[in-house]
Amino acid sequence: MTPPPLAFTLEAFTNVGFWTGVLATAGIYAVVTLGLQLNVGFTGIVNFGQAGFMAVGGYSMAILVLEAGLSFWLALPLAVLITMAFGVLIGLPSLRLRGDYFAIVTLAMAEVVRLVAQNARGVTGGNKGLYCEFEGVNQACFDDSWRSVSDWMLGVIENLWPDPEPLLPLLIVIWVTVAIGVVALTYLQGTPWGRVLRAIREDEDATRALGKNTLLYKLQSLAISAVLGALAGFFLALFLATIHPDDYEPIVTFFAFGVLVLGGLANYKGVVVGAIVLWALLEGTRFVELPISEERTAALRFAIVGAVLIGLMAFRPQGLFGKRDEMVLGD
Amino acid sequence: MKGFFDARPALAAFGVLGLIAAALVAAEGLHEVAQAALNGLTLGTIYALGAVGLTLVYGILRLVNFAHGDFLAFGAYIAYLVNVTWGLPLAAAIVGAMAATALLGLASERLMWGPMRSKGAGWLQLLLMTIGLAFVIRSAIQWFWGSEIRTLDVNVTDSVSFLGLRIGQTELMVVVVGIAVLVAVGLVVRFSLLGKRMRALSDNLALAETAGIDTRQVILLTWLFAGALAGLAGVLSGALTNLRPELGFELLLPIFAAVILGGIGNPFGALSAGLVLGVVIELSTLVVEPRWKLTFGFLALIIALVIRPQGIFGQARTV
Repeated sequence: MTPPPLAFTLEAFTNVGFWTGVLATAGIYAVVTLGLQLNVGFTGIVNFGQAGFMAVGGYSMAILVLEAGLSFWLALPLAVLITMAFGVLIGLPSLRLRGDYFAIVTLAMAEVVRLVAQNARGVTGGNKGLYCEFEGVNQACFDDSWRSVSDWMLGVIENLWPDPEPLLPLLIVIWVTVAIGVVALTYLQGTPWGRVLRAIREDEDATRALGKNTLLYKLQSLAISAVLGALAGFFLALFLATIHPDDYEPIVTFFAFGVLVLGGLANYKGVVVGAIVLWALLEGTRFVELPISEERTAALRFAIVGAVLIGLMAFRPQGLFGKRDEMVLGD
Repeated sequence: MKGFFDARPALAAFGVLGLIAAALVAAEGLHEVAQAALNGLTLGTIYALGAVGLTLVYGILRLVNFAHGDFLAFGAYIAYLVNVTWGLPLAAAIVGAMAATALLGLASERLMWGPMRSKGAGWLQLLLMTIGLAFVIRSAIQWFWGSEIRTLDVNVTDSVSFLGLRIGQTELMVVVVGIAVLVAVGLVVRFSLLGKRMRALSDNLALAETAGIDTRQVILLTWLFAGALAGLAGVLSGALTNLRPELGFELLLPIFAAVILGGIGNPFGALSAGLVLGVVIELSTLVVEPRWKLTFGFLALIIALVIRPQGIFGQARTV
């Protein structure tokens, strides 16, 4: 039976589980894009490698748990450190390059990470991805520790609100992270450190002439962004309950740029709004049952992100909430 | 050594490559190396054709065109339409793909890049628009042709042997057509008035305009040129392997690698770097497993950018 054209499905609209998933995805993108905002909006370095940092974070965590047998809670900070070190390693030689070269280097870096994940089958599981290790009948999964915490949180929530969504604990953790990120980064922006970053964005040579080691500041900016990427990598791994090379394609970075320009540059709160608006828009296409195949609906989502990018850059480059006088795209 | 590398970078790079090739010949045997190099030449032809157009657009307009890979994919699918859906010969498909992709390039200039330039848009603004355009082209391909893998109507079984080396008939066609067009492109860029104007714009657009060159016309012709070559590269790539909507993005990074290795805005550099990159990637399969070859190519890009951002053929200037 073919659905009538342009029918609205109200079941989907009122489906709490569906919206929890959308909000979780939006939250993960908000975390990634906060890093982009720090880099692109406040430091003027165009980082196209966020998907690579997510992959390094997610894979390090899962490998430390599954292969090295570390506890999940020890693996998290270690994976953050590894990703940070990786960011510094990438930034050290490449941050001296011109902006467009740096963009291409970081994009190539992210692809190298993904291809290594795809091909180093012994460690990363290759195209099968990583989830659980089986030893006889016992299985150990990288998210076992998280799931016991999640179950405990669900138990607490159940006392207040019966029958909660199973995804709710993760959703809470993601959005608490987003909130902390926005507050901390906004605070940092007001410090002398944050002002130096902005000075670098406006005129790096002048900042260097004032005696600031601009490379060091840019490295710090990139390292913080890598950490946010690693956190998003953890959340994505817990959300999907698996780690697979295809989840870290450069498309993720491009979508994050869509979120960034939608919310507006040089504005951390804009990132939050941009993430929610973009994902509501993308997932909202599901309510409208167009008389087209699944594949064409998927194509439509790409077209939407493409149109958002083209339209915003052409007619409103400061995004929804960017400040025109602080726009960094026009020069 | 460092002094020599700075003075004659291209010579030094080829010297190093020659030494590596000699070492490989010693380790693996001449026949193996020659066969891999021949395969690499096929791959390199596609990179080179894609890179020439991208480097001219990049050099002249400072436009980092992330949609260039999808131009290739677009050309490949137009060829599918002509060759498989309409059942016409491959030659007609090549002509159709080149014409259609040239028009696509021209349309993007008239509708997007031209108006944005007169608004004084910055490079990041334009770059994000090219990503948007890449998404739109890719979704259009997925809309009309779906995401299943398709193949052009080419002979994939017969092969030709010479000097003990084997090359498939389709591969041979790709190399012959590709190299012939590359030589023609090289001659046009080097000797024709249009080529000289393109290079002048690439060096300094404002200065070229002051010198009385009709820059608007040269820019439009550059887009025609870049689009047609991208279309051809797309068809050749589709004939060599197969067609899928991700084809464009998969080709984009190696093509960027060729553009950067050749020195941005330098069409001869892009030509040679594309060929060299293809050969190097295929030679790497002698040392590492083939599934690692793309990783190897991207690592080469990163290392090259970090060591010598002006490319092996570029002169040292502010980059």
